[in-house]
Amino acid sequence: MSLDHPTPLELSRRRLRAGRSRRSTLTALVSTLVFATVLYLAVTSAPGWPRTQATFLNPQVAWDSLPKILEGLWLNIRVLAVAAVATLVLALVIAVLRTLRGPVFLPLRLLATGFVDLFRGIPLIVLLYLIGFGVPALRFTDERINPVYLGTIALVLTYAAYVSEVFRAGIDSVHPSQRLGARSLGLSYGQSMKLVVLPQAVRRVTPPLLNDFVAMQKDVGLISLLGPLDAVRAAQIASQSTFNFTPYVVAALLFVLLSVPTARAADWAAARAARREQSGAML
Amino acid sequence: MIRRLRSSTGDGSMPPGPAARDTSLDLPPGPRRSDDVVLDVRGLVKAYDDAEVLRGIDLTVAEHEVVTLIGSSGSGKSTLLRCAGVLEPISDGQILLDGQDISDPRIDADDVRARFGVVFQAFNLFPHMTVLDNITLAPRVVHGVAPKEARQRAHALLSRVGLADKADAYPDRLSGGQQQRAAIARAIAVEPRVLLLDEITSALDPELVGEVLALVRELAAGGATILMATHEMGFAKQVADHVVFLDQGVVCEEGPPARVLGEPTQPRTQEFLRRVIDAGRL
Ligand SMILES: Nc1ncnc2c1ncn2[C@@H]1O[C@H](COP(=O)(O)OP(=O)(O)O)[C@@H](O)[C@H]1O
Ligand SMILES: [Mg+2]
Repeated sequence: MSLDHPTPLELSRRRLRAGRSRRSTLTALVSTLVFATVLYLAVTSAPGWPRTQATFLNPQVAWDSLPKILEGLWLNIRVLAVAAVATLVLALVIAVLRTLRGPVFLPLRLLATGFVDLFRGIPLIVLLYLIGFGVPALRFTDERINPVYLGTIALVLTYAAYVSEVFRAGIDSVHPSQRLGARSLGLSYGQSMKLVVLPQAVRRVTPPLLNDFVAMQKDVGLISLLGPLDAVRAAQIASQSTFNFTPYVVAALLFVLLSVPTARAADWAAARAARREQSGAML
Repeated sequence: MIRRLRSSTGDGSMPPGPAARDTSLDLPPGPRRSDDVVLDVRGLVKAYDDAEVLRGIDLTVAEHEVVTLIGSSGSGKSTLLRCAGVLEPISDGQILLDGQDISDPRIDADDVRARFGVVFQAFNLFPHMTVLDNITLAPRVVHGVAPKEARQRAHALLSRVGLADKADAYPDRLSGGQQQRAAIARAIAVEPRVLLLDEITSALDPELVGEVLALVRELAAGGATILMATHEMGFAKQVADHVVFLDQGVVCEEGPPARVLGEPTQPRTQEFLRRVIDAGRL
């Protein structure tokens, strides 16, 4: 009857379960293998396969283009780091502005709402062009403004609009008693926000935030539209000089590799949040 | 009773005072000495949109006194406590704390709130902080107590509420009763003038109610000034100095617990108590 000495009934149940899980593992393995084989045969037997293989999967071209693309990716990573931090800060500010109540804050609230409506609505590509070419046209300075900066700004504006909504949902999900409890202790509105509401809100929205981060990781590639030599632009140049699309595949694989750790982190955070929800019944 | 007597005998030259209310059951409540009164609610009106939830409440809580609010759900107990604690703007009337008009819009509301200790039904503790951090937050951030001293005091408080070993635990590791005791510890950590307790046991499993009420009883015996909404009539009978029966936003009947709970004169009170007795809570 103890954990060390299960009853015969439990032992038979365990055997049953073990058998069942062995069978389902086997089924999964076999069906995956079959599917992969079919896919492989279908693709390689396609009439255009030899040509496709030569233009998209050329190992020599891949190897030759790799250094330049990696160099470009380093730019993407730096842009990503700056943009991600700037997005978080801006999004948090906008989200908090939108929670302010009372007529005094009406202009700020309207401003924040307008920001979200505007930048969530504009396609990122269009915004990149508008800022990338529009801002230099204003000629604030005689020097050429680095397009990387302009691209980063466009990225931050778009993502801040999205992420601020995620934060706002997080803020709204904090139980009203928490805010009231903080105020009842004498904490000011700002202190309650900073010390009580936001820490809980941020924790709750970590999974969707990581998801947005994955999306941003690949959207940094769009700054290549403005000309800077990032991974996508490097792939484009390599592709044009070799008349071969393999460099794009290389760039794609690198972006995937970049996003996998974040994707796993997002899974992990979501699982942890789910566990907390389940065990976290307050009373 | 004892506390009311004690606070009135502080000045021996005026023997009758509030204590007279206990012996002369049929008399209306006599005026209390003003220097005795900590919380003074006068003609409090609170409306949400057009719905008047509180319709002219008069209520006083004297120093070291335990006043319990009873009444059916929706009668306005929570609203009254929130208004008293300046957590909600009021629609009319006046609230005085130690003689200061705290319903005056010019006062610093954060400062006034810091002089109350409030505990709600549930979700009091901040789940992202340890119990210790919950307790030291207000002393550190609002009252400027040095972190080390705040921690020492918090440990002492936790021992007092029987949670010495839970200082570093997160609230979701505590039972409901332990959570409420920690919440009380947090409320008294700032040495409030008045404790406002809003049905702090009504979300608890029955077997956990006792430990929380025992703590309130202890605080009361220690001279705390308490205004609490409760469904625990037995507790009100034993610990309260004064019971206020709230009905649809007005004080329907009030007085010493023995009278209000034992020989209620108002039909609404009688009906309410009958229902409570049927529910087995008296
Ligand atoms: N924020 C609010 N907005 C509108 N109505 C409210 C609000 N809070 C409470 N009420 C109403 O006020 C009345 C009194 O509620 P409450 O003070 O919570 O009663 P009690 O605590 O005695 O159960 C109820 O009818 C309730 O619906
Ligand atoms: Mg209530």
